[in-house]
Amino acid sequence: MKFISEFRDPELVEKYITEIRRTVTQPWSIMEVCGGQTHSLVKNGLLQLLPPEIRMIHGPGCPVCVTPLHLIDKAVHLAIDKGVILCSFGDMLRVPGSRMSLLEAKAKGADVRILYSPLEAVKIAAENPAREVVFFAVGFETTAPANALSVIHAHRAGLKNYSILASHVLVPPAIAAVMEDEDVRIQAFLAAGHVCAIMGIDEYYPLVEKYHVPVVVTGFEPVDLLQGILMTVKQLEAGEQRLENQYSRVVRPEGNAEARNIIGEVFEISDREWRGIGTIPGSGYEVREAYAAYDSNRKFDMPLEKAPENALCIAGQVLKGIKKPHECSQFGKACTPQNPLGAPMVSSEGACAAYYHFSQS
Amino acid sequence: MCLAIPGKIQSIETLYDGMVRMAKVAFGSIVKEASLEMVPQAKEGDYVLVHVGVAISVVDEEEAQKSFEYLAMIGEIDELIEHTQV
Ligand code: SF4
Repeated sequence: MKFISEFRDPELVEKYITEIRRTVTQPWSIMEVCGGQTHSLVKNGLLQLLPPEIRMIHGPGCPVCVTPLHLIDKAVHLAIDKGVILCSFGDMLRVPGSRMSLLEAKAKGADVRILYSPLEAVKIAAENPAREVVFFAVGFETTAPANALSVIHAHRAGLKNYSILASHVLVPPAIAAVMEDEDVRIQAFLAAGHVCAIMGIDEYYPLVEKYHVPVVVTGFEPVDLLQGILMTVKQLEAGEQRLENQYSRVVRPEGNAEARNIIGEVFEISDREWRGIGTIPGSGYEVREAYAAYDSNRKFDMPLEKAPENALCIAGQVLKGIKKPHECSQFGKACTPQNPLGAPMVSSEGACAAYYHFSQS
Repeated sequence: MCLAIPGKIQSIETLYDGMVRMAKVAFGSIVKEASLEMVPQAKEGDYVLVHVGVAISVVDEEEAQKSFEYLAMIGEIDELIEHTQV
Protein backbone atom coordinates (compact mmCIF):
# COMPACT_ATOMS: atom_id res chain seq x y z
CA MET A 1 0.00 0.00 0.00
CA LYS A 2 1.38 3.38 -1.03
CA PHE A 3 -1.70 5.38 -0.05
CA ILE A 4 -1.86 7.25 -3.34
CA SER A 5 -2.59 5.12 -6.41
CA GLU A 6 -5.23 3.01 -4.62
CA PHE A 7 -7.12 6.20 -3.87
CA ARG A 8 -7.10 7.18 -7.54
CA ASP A 9 -8.36 3.82 -8.83
CA PRO A 10 -10.77 4.60 -11.72
CA GLU A 11 -12.92 1.55 -11.01
CA LEU A 12 -13.48 2.55 -7.41
CA VAL A 13 -14.10 6.17 -8.48
CA GLU A 14 -16.79 4.88 -10.85
CA LYS A 15 -18.40 2.80 -8.08
CA TYR A 16 -18.55 5.80 -5.77
CA ILE A 17 -20.07 7.98 -8.51
CA THR A 18 -22.73 5.32 -9.16
CA GLU A 19 -23.55 5.12 -5.48
CA ILE A 20 -23.80 8.94 -5.19
CA ARG A 21 -26.14 9.02 -8.20
CA ARG A 22 -28.24 6.27 -6.62
CA THR A 23 -28.46 8.14 -3.31
CA VAL A 24 -29.24 11.69 -4.39
CA THR A 25 -32.89 12.68 -4.95
CA GLN A 26 -32.78 16.49 -4.80
CA PRO A 27 -30.35 19.42 -5.21
CA TRP A 28 -27.72 20.00 -2.51
CA SER A 29 -25.05 22.69 -2.07
CA ILE A 30 -21.90 21.39 -0.41
CA MET A 31 -18.85 23.53 0.35
CA GLU A 32 -15.38 22.03 0.27
CA VAL A 33 -13.46 24.39 2.51
CA CYS A 34 -9.95 23.62 1.39
CA GLY A 35 -8.34 24.86 -1.81
CA GLY A 36 -6.40 21.60 -2.09
CA GLN A 37 -9.73 19.82 -2.39
CA THR A 38 -10.97 22.33 -4.98
CA HIS A 39 -7.81 21.70 -6.97
CA SER A 40 -8.24 17.92 -6.80
CA LEU A 41 -11.96 18.08 -7.74
CA VAL A 42 -11.15 20.16 -10.80
CA LYS A 43 -7.91 18.43 -11.82
CA ASN A 44 -9.44 14.95 -11.64
CA GLY A 45 -12.57 16.00 -13.51
CA LEU A 46 -14.80 14.95 -10.61
CA LEU A 47 -17.14 17.95 -10.93
CA GLN A 48 -18.23 16.63 -14.34
CA LEU A 49 -18.83 13.13 -13.01
CA LEU A 50 -21.06 14.20 -10.13
CA PRO A 51 -24.81 14.20 -10.74
CA PRO A 52 -26.22 17.67 -11.55
CA GLU A 53 -28.07 17.80 -8.21
CA ILE A 54 -24.79 18.19 -6.38
CA ARG A 55 -23.40 21.69 -6.46
CA MET A 56 -19.90 21.96 -5.04
CA ILE A 57 -19.18 25.43 -3.67
CA HIS A 58 -15.50 26.29 -3.40
CA GLY A 59 -14.64 27.77 -0.05
CA PRO A 60 -12.13 30.30 1.24
CA GLY A 61 -9.56 27.60 2.00
CA CYS A 62 -6.61 28.88 0.04
CA PRO A 63 -4.27 30.68 2.45
CA VAL A 64 -2.47 32.34 -0.45
CA CYS A 65 -5.76 33.81 -1.67
CA VAL A 66 -6.84 35.25 1.66
CA THR A 67 -3.49 36.78 2.67
CA PRO A 68 -4.27 40.51 2.90
CA LEU A 69 -2.87 42.87 0.29
CA HIS A 70 -1.23 44.78 3.14
CA LEU A 71 0.94 41.77 4.06
CA ILE A 72 2.08 41.28 0.45
CA ASP A 73 3.04 44.96 0.46
CA LYS A 74 5.01 44.40 3.67
CA ALA A 75 6.86 41.44 2.16
CA VAL A 76 7.72 43.50 -0.93
CA HIS A 77 8.83 46.39 1.31
CA LEU A 78 11.11 44.09 3.33
CA ALA A 79 12.62 42.59 0.18
CA ILE A 80 13.12 45.83 -1.75
CA ASP A 81 13.60 48.61 0.82
CA LYS A 82 15.06 46.70 3.77
CA GLY A 83 17.22 44.35 1.71
CA VAL A 84 16.35 41.22 3.65
CA ILE A 85 16.53 37.69 2.25
CA LEU A 86 12.81 37.15 1.78
CA CYS A 87 11.91 33.46 1.75
CA SER A 88 8.51 32.20 0.72
CA PHE A 89 6.52 29.26 -0.56
CA GLY A 90 6.41 29.39 -4.37
CA ASP A 91 2.72 30.18 -4.74
CA MET A 92 3.05 33.54 -2.94
CA LEU A 93 5.38 34.98 -5.54
CA ARG A 94 2.90 36.05 -8.18
CA VAL A 95 0.20 37.33 -5.82
CA PRO A 96 -0.32 40.95 -6.81
CA GLY A 97 0.53 43.55 -4.17
CA SER A 98 -0.47 47.19 -4.53
CA ARG A 99 3.08 48.17 -5.50
CA MET A 100 4.26 44.93 -7.13
CA SER A 101 4.40 41.18 -6.56
CA LEU A 102 7.35 39.41 -4.94
CA LEU A 103 8.24 38.04 -8.37
CA GLU A 104 8.55 41.58 -9.72
CA ALA A 105 10.60 42.50 -6.66
CA LYS A 106 12.91 39.59 -7.46
CA ALA A 107 13.21 40.77 -11.07
CA LYS A 108 14.24 44.18 -9.72
CA GLY A 109 17.12 42.53 -7.87
CA ALA A 110 15.61 41.82 -4.45
CA ASP A 111 16.83 38.63 -2.77
CA VAL A 112 13.61 36.61 -2.90
CA ARG A 113 13.98 32.85 -2.48
CA ILE A 114 11.42 30.10 -3.03
CA LEU A 115 11.54 27.39 -0.40
CA TYR A 116 9.82 24.07 0.15
CA SER A 117 10.03 24.24 3.95
CA PRO A 118 10.38 27.00 6.58
CA LEU A 119 13.13 24.90 8.18
CA GLU A 120 15.30 25.70 5.13
CA ALA A 121 14.92 29.40 5.90
CA VAL A 122 16.51 28.81 9.32
CA LYS A 123 19.48 27.17 7.60
CA ILE A 124 19.80 30.19 5.29
CA ALA A 125 19.79 32.46 8.36
CA ALA A 126 22.56 30.38 9.97
CA GLU A 127 24.65 30.58 6.80
CA ASN A 128 24.15 34.34 6.38
CA PRO A 129 24.71 35.84 9.85
CA ALA A 130 25.22 39.34 8.42
CA ARG A 131 21.84 39.39 6.66
CA GLU A 132 18.28 39.50 7.96
CA VAL A 133 16.23 36.51 6.83
CA VAL A 134 12.42 36.72 6.75
CA PHE A 135 10.14 33.77 6.10
CA PHE A 136 6.69 34.69 4.75
CA ALA A 137 4.80 32.28 7.02
CA VAL A 138 1.52 31.79 5.23
CA GLY A 139 -0.89 28.98 5.95
CA PHE A 140 -3.76 27.28 7.71
CA GLU A 141 -3.53 25.12 10.83
CA THR A 142 -1.73 22.50 8.72
CA THR A 143 1.27 24.74 8.11
CA ALA A 144 1.32 26.51 11.48
CA PRO A 145 3.35 23.80 13.28
CA ALA A 146 6.12 23.88 10.65
CA ASN A 147 6.26 27.68 10.73
CA ALA A 148 6.31 27.67 14.55
CA LEU A 149 8.98 24.98 14.51
CA SER A 150 11.21 27.23 12.38
CA VAL A 151 11.04 29.87 15.13
CA ILE A 152 11.87 27.27 17.78
CA HIS A 153 14.83 26.01 15.73
CA ALA A 154 16.10 29.57 15.23
CA HIS A 155 15.72 30.26 18.95
CA ARG A 156 17.50 27.04 19.87
CA ALA A 157 20.37 27.90 17.52
CA GLY A 158 20.60 31.41 19.03
CA LEU A 159 19.98 33.09 15.67
CA LYS A 160 19.25 36.82 15.89
CA ASN A 161 18.70 37.39 12.17
CA TYR A 162 15.62 35.21 11.59
CA SER A 163 11.99 36.31 11.75
CA ILE A 164 8.64 35.35 10.24
CA LEU A 165 6.00 37.52 8.60
CA ALA A 166 3.06 35.50 9.89
CA SER A 167 -0.11 35.25 7.85
CA HIS A 168 -2.01 32.48 9.55
CA VAL A 169 -5.70 31.75 9.21
CA LEU A 170 -7.97 29.23 10.96
CA VAL A 171 -10.72 27.18 9.38
CA PRO A 172 -13.56 26.88 11.95
CA PRO A 173 -14.07 30.67 12.39
CA ALA A 174 -14.17 30.96 8.59
CA ILE A 175 -16.91 28.31 8.36
CA ALA A 176 -18.86 30.26 10.99
CA ALA A 177 -18.36 33.52 9.07
CA VAL A 178 -19.54 31.89 5.85
CA MET A 179 -22.67 30.54 7.59
CA GLU A 180 -23.45 33.93 9.18
CA ASP A 181 -23.56 35.59 5.75
CA GLU A 182 -27.17 35.55 4.64
CA ASP A 183 -26.37 35.52 0.93
CA VAL A 184 -24.72 32.17 1.45
CA ARG A 185 -26.77 28.99 1.11
CA ILE A 186 -24.64 26.06 2.06
CA GLN A 187 -26.12 22.84 3.35
CA ALA A 188 -23.04 20.83 4.26
CA PHE A 189 -19.27 21.05 4.55
CA LEU A 190 -16.35 18.86 3.65
CA ALA A 191 -13.82 19.80 6.32
CA ALA A 192 -10.15 19.96 5.37
CA GLY A 193 -8.45 16.70 6.30
CA HIS A 194 -4.96 18.04 6.78
CA VAL A 195 -6.13 20.83 9.06
CA CYS A 196 -7.88 18.22 11.21
CA ALA A 197 -4.77 16.01 11.23
CA ILE A 198 -3.31 18.75 13.45
CA MET A 199 -6.31 20.17 15.28
CA GLY A 200 -8.46 17.05 15.64
CA ILE A 201 -12.20 17.13 15.01
CA ASP A 202 -13.67 18.45 18.26
CA GLU A 203 -13.97 22.08 17.14
CA TYR A 204 -16.44 21.05 14.42
CA TYR A 205 -19.12 19.66 16.77
CA PRO A 206 -20.33 23.15 17.78
CA LEU A 207 -20.57 24.14 14.09
CA VAL A 208 -22.69 21.08 13.28
CA GLU A 209 -24.94 21.93 16.20
CA LYS A 210 -25.23 25.68 15.67
CA TYR A 211 -25.75 25.71 11.90
CA HIS A 212 -27.48 22.31 11.53
CA VAL A 213 -25.13 21.16 8.80
CA PRO A 214 -23.41 17.83 8.23
CA VAL A 215 -19.63 18.14 8.36
CA VAL A 216 -17.47 15.35 6.95
CA VAL A 217 -13.71 15.49 7.48
CA THR A 218 -12.37 14.53 4.06
CA GLY A 219 -9.08 13.72 2.33
CA PHE A 220 -7.74 14.85 -1.01
CA GLU A 221 -7.56 11.95 -3.43
CA PRO A 222 -10.48 11.25 -5.80
CA VAL A 223 -11.75 8.29 -3.74
CA ASP A 224 -11.49 10.36 -0.55
CA LEU A 225 -13.46 13.24 -2.01
CA LEU A 226 -16.17 11.02 -3.48
CA GLN A 227 -16.50 9.01 -0.28
CA GLY A 228 -16.73 12.29 1.66
CA ILE A 229 -19.41 13.56 -0.72
CA LEU A 230 -21.33 10.27 -0.49
CA MET A 231 -21.26 10.36 3.33
CA THR A 232 -22.46 13.97 3.20
CA VAL A 233 -25.27 13.24 0.74
CA LYS A 234 -26.43 10.25 2.78
CA GLN A 235 -26.77 12.52 5.81
CA LEU A 236 -28.52 15.26 3.82
CA GLU A 237 -30.99 12.82 2.26
CA ALA A 238 -31.72 11.30 5.66
CA GLY A 239 -32.17 14.73 7.23
CA GLU A 240 -29.26 14.14 9.62
CA GLN A 241 -26.52 16.51 10.80
CA ARG A 242 -23.48 14.76 12.16
CA LEU A 243 -19.73 15.06 12.21
CA GLU A 244 -18.10 12.18 10.36
CA ASN A 245 -14.48 11.38 9.57
CA GLN A 246 -13.81 9.96 6.11
CA TYR A 247 -10.05 10.52 6.42
CA SER A 248 -9.42 8.32 9.44
CA ARG A 249 -6.17 6.91 8.04
CA VAL A 250 -4.61 10.33 8.67
CA VAL A 251 -6.95 12.18 11.05
CA ARG A 252 -7.17 10.92 14.64
CA PRO A 253 -10.13 12.42 16.50
CA GLU A 254 -7.74 14.09 18.94
CA GLY A 255 -5.45 15.43 16.20
CA ASN A 256 -1.72 15.78 16.77
CA ALA A 257 -0.94 16.98 20.31
CA GLU A 258 2.80 17.48 19.64
CA ALA A 259 2.03 19.74 16.71
CA ARG A 260 -0.49 21.73 18.75
CA ASN A 261 2.04 22.18 21.56
CA ILE A 262 4.50 23.63 19.09
CA ILE A 263 1.84 26.00 17.71
CA GLY A 264 0.85 27.06 21.23
CA GLU A 265 4.45 27.70 22.20
CA VAL A 266 4.97 30.28 19.44
CA PHE A 267 1.53 31.54 18.38
CA GLU A 268 -1.60 32.93 20.01
CA ILE A 269 -5.05 33.38 18.51
CA SER A 270 -5.88 36.82 17.13
CA ASP A 271 -8.45 38.55 14.95
CA ARG A 272 -7.49 38.35 11.33
CA GLU A 273 -8.26 40.12 8.08
CA TRP A 274 -9.07 37.78 5.18
CA ARG A 275 -8.46 39.20 1.73
CA GLY A 276 -11.79 39.71 -0.03
CA ILE A 277 -13.82 38.77 3.05
CA GLY A 278 -12.86 41.19 5.83
CA THR A 279 -11.90 40.72 9.45
CA ILE A 280 -13.04 37.52 11.15
CA PRO A 281 -12.72 37.49 14.96
CA GLY A 282 -10.32 34.91 16.42
CA SER A 283 -9.45 33.54 12.99
CA GLY A 284 -5.68 33.89 12.91
CA TYR A 285 -2.40 33.29 14.71
CA GLU A 286 0.07 35.93 15.79
CA VAL A 287 3.52 35.46 17.27
CA ARG A 288 3.46 35.49 21.08
CA GLU A 289 5.19 38.24 23.06
CA ALA A 290 7.81 35.73 24.25
CA TYR A 291 8.96 35.30 20.64
CA ALA A 292 8.57 38.97 19.61
CA ALA A 293 12.21 39.01 18.45
CA TYR A 294 11.22 36.52 15.72
CA ASP A 295 8.19 38.52 14.52
CA SER A 296 8.96 40.60 11.40
CA ASN A 297 6.03 42.88 12.21
CA ARG A 298 7.62 43.92 15.50
CA LYS A 299 11.22 43.74 14.35
CA PHE A 300 10.96 46.06 11.35
CA ASP A 301 9.52 49.53 11.16
CA MET A 302 7.13 49.36 8.22
CA PRO A 303 5.28 52.63 7.70
CA LEU A 304 2.94 51.45 4.96
CA GLU A 305 -0.49 52.79 4.18
CA LYS A 306 -3.22 50.26 3.55
CA ALA A 307 -3.86 50.19 -0.19
CA PRO A 308 -7.31 49.55 -1.68
CA GLU A 309 -8.11 46.31 -3.53
CA ASN A 310 -8.66 46.22 -7.27
CA ALA A 311 -12.32 47.30 -7.56
CA LEU A 312 -13.13 44.93 -10.43
CA CYS A 313 -12.12 41.78 -8.58
CA ILE A 314 -15.04 39.99 -6.90
CA ALA A 315 -12.81 37.56 -5.00
CA GLY A 316 -14.82 38.04 -1.79
CA GLN A 317 -17.98 36.70 -3.39
CA VAL A 318 -16.08 33.88 -5.05
CA LEU A 319 -14.44 32.87 -1.76
CA LYS A 320 -17.81 32.76 -0.02
CA GLY A 321 -19.31 30.70 -2.81
CA ILE A 322 -21.85 33.37 -3.80
CA LYS A 323 -20.43 33.66 -7.31
CA LYS A 324 -18.52 31.18 -9.47
CA PRO A 325 -15.21 32.40 -10.95
CA HIS A 326 -16.53 32.52 -14.51
CA GLU A 327 -19.27 34.88 -13.36
CA CYS A 328 -16.58 37.52 -12.77
CA SER A 329 -16.41 40.06 -15.63
CA GLN A 330 -12.60 39.90 -15.60
CA PHE A 331 -12.26 36.09 -15.59
CA GLY A 332 -10.05 34.91 -18.46
CA LYS A 333 -9.99 38.44 -19.93
CA ALA A 334 -8.01 40.98 -17.91
CA CYS A 335 -7.44 38.34 -15.22
CA THR A 336 -5.44 35.22 -16.04
CA PRO A 337 -2.85 33.19 -14.09
CA GLN A 338 -0.11 34.97 -16.08
CA ASN A 339 -1.55 38.35 -15.17
CA PRO A 340 -3.76 37.90 -12.09
CA LEU A 341 -5.90 40.76 -10.79
CA GLY A 342 -6.83 38.92 -7.63
CA ALA A 343 -5.25 36.26 -5.45
CA PRO A 344 -7.66 33.39 -6.29
CA MET A 345 -6.24 33.49 -9.84
CA VAL A 346 -2.69 32.97 -8.59
CA SER A 347 -2.43 29.81 -6.58
CA SER A 348 -3.33 26.55 -8.28
CA GLU A 349 -5.54 26.03 -5.22
CA GLY A 350 -7.43 29.25 -5.83
CA ALA A 351 -10.92 28.76 -7.26
CA CYS A 352 -10.36 31.19 -10.18
CA ALA A 353 -7.09 29.53 -11.27
CA ALA A 354 -8.58 26.05 -10.92
CA TYR A 355 -11.49 27.06 -13.18
CA TYR A 356 -9.17 28.80 -15.61
CA HIS A 357 -6.93 25.77 -16.06
CA PHE A 358 -9.97 23.59 -16.46
CA SER A 359 -11.57 25.83 -19.09
CA GLN A 360 -8.30 25.71 -21.06
CA SER A 361 -8.13 21.92 -21.18
CA MET B 1 0.65 24.89 -0.80
CA CYS B 2 -1.41 22.82 1.62
CA LEU B 3 -0.27 19.73 -0.18
CA ALA B 4 0.72 16.95 2.16
CA ILE B 5 1.77 13.62 0.71
CA PRO B 6 2.41 10.18 2.17
CA GLY B 7 5.90 8.75 1.99
CA LYS B 8 7.75 5.80 3.55
CA ILE B 9 10.40 6.35 6.22
CA GLN B 10 13.67 4.85 4.99
CA SER B 11 15.98 5.87 7.81
CA ILE B 12 15.99 8.03 10.92
CA GLU B 13 18.80 10.07 12.42
CA THR B 14 18.83 12.13 15.58
CA LEU B 15 20.44 15.55 15.80
CA TYR B 16 21.27 17.92 18.67
CA ASP B 17 21.80 15.20 21.32
CA GLY B 18 18.65 13.34 20.38
CA MET B 19 16.46 16.45 20.52
CA VAL B 20 15.51 16.47 16.85
CA ARG B 21 14.63 13.37 14.81
CA MET B 22 15.02 13.71 11.06
CA ALA B 23 14.00 11.06 8.52
CA LYS B 24 14.74 10.24 4.93
CA VAL B 25 11.31 9.72 3.42
CA ALA B 26 10.70 8.10 0.04
CA PHE B 27 7.91 9.42 -2.17
CA GLY B 28 8.06 6.89 -4.99
CA SER B 29 11.58 7.33 -6.35
CA ILE B 30 12.14 10.76 -4.77
CA VAL B 31 13.74 10.87 -1.33
CA LYS B 32 13.42 13.95 0.89
CA GLU B 33 14.28 14.91 4.44
CA ALA B 34 11.49 15.46 6.91
CA SER B 35 11.38 16.38 10.57
CA LEU B 36 9.77 13.76 12.82
CA GLU B 37 9.43 16.13 15.80
CA MET B 38 5.64 15.99 15.60
CA VAL B 39 5.34 12.22 15.20
CA PRO B 40 7.53 10.81 18.01
CA GLN B 41 5.99 7.34 17.57
CA ALA B 42 7.02 7.05 13.88
CA LYS B 43 9.53 4.33 13.02
CA GLU B 44 11.34 3.03 9.97
CA GLY B 45 8.96 1.53 7.42
CA ASP B 46 6.01 3.64 8.53
CA TYR B 47 4.18 5.83 6.06
CA VAL B 48 4.03 9.43 7.21
CA LEU B 49 2.15 12.38 5.78
CA VAL B 50 4.69 15.11 5.06
CA HIS B 51 3.81 18.79 4.72
CA VAL B 52 6.45 21.48 4.03
CA GLY B 53 9.27 19.33 5.37
CA VAL B 54 7.52 18.18 8.53
CA ALA B 55 5.75 14.85 9.12
CA ILE B 56 2.34 15.62 10.61
CA SER B 57 0.69 12.20 10.86
CA VAL B 58 1.50 8.48 10.68
CA VAL B 59 -0.80 6.89 8.12
CA ASP B 60 -2.90 4.07 9.60
CA GLU B 61 -3.11 1.09 7.21
CA GLU B 62 -6.10 -0.49 8.90
CA GLU B 63 -8.10 2.73 8.70
CA ALA B 64 -7.06 3.16 5.05
CA GLN B 65 -8.71 -0.15 4.26
CA LYS B 66 -12.07 1.29 5.31
CA SER B 67 -12.38 3.45 2.19
CA PHE B 68 -12.28 0.29 0.09
CA GLU B 69 -14.76 -1.57 2.24
CA TYR B 70 -17.15 1.33 2.76
CA LEU B 71 -19.33 0.65 -0.29
CA ALA B 72 -19.65 -3.05 0.51
CA MET B 73 -20.46 -2.15 4.10
CA ILE B 74 -23.25 0.28 3.26
CA GLY B 75 -24.52 -2.27 0.70
CA GLU B 76 -24.87 -4.83 3.49
CA ILE B 77 -26.58 -2.34 5.77
CA ASP B 78 -29.05 -1.43 3.01
CA GLU B 79 -29.79 -5.13 2.50
CA LEU B 80 -30.27 -5.61 6.21
CA ILE B 81 -32.76 -2.75 6.30
CA GLU B 82 -34.61 -4.14 3.28
CA HIS B 83 -34.82 -7.57 4.91
CA THR B 84 -36.10 -6.26 8.22
CA GLN B 85 -38.75 -4.27 6.35
CA VAL B 86 -40.06 -7.36 4.55
S1 SF4 C 1 -11.33 36.06 -11.97
FE1 SF4 C 1 -9.68 37.43 -11.27
S2 SF4 C 1 -10.68 39.40 -10.98
FE2 SF4 C 1 -12.31 37.86 -11.04
S3 SF4 C 1 -12.64 37.24 -8.90
FE3 SF4 C 1 -11.14 35.82 -9.74
S4 SF4 C 1 -9.17 36.73 -9.19
FE4 SF4 C 1 -10.69 38.40 -8.98
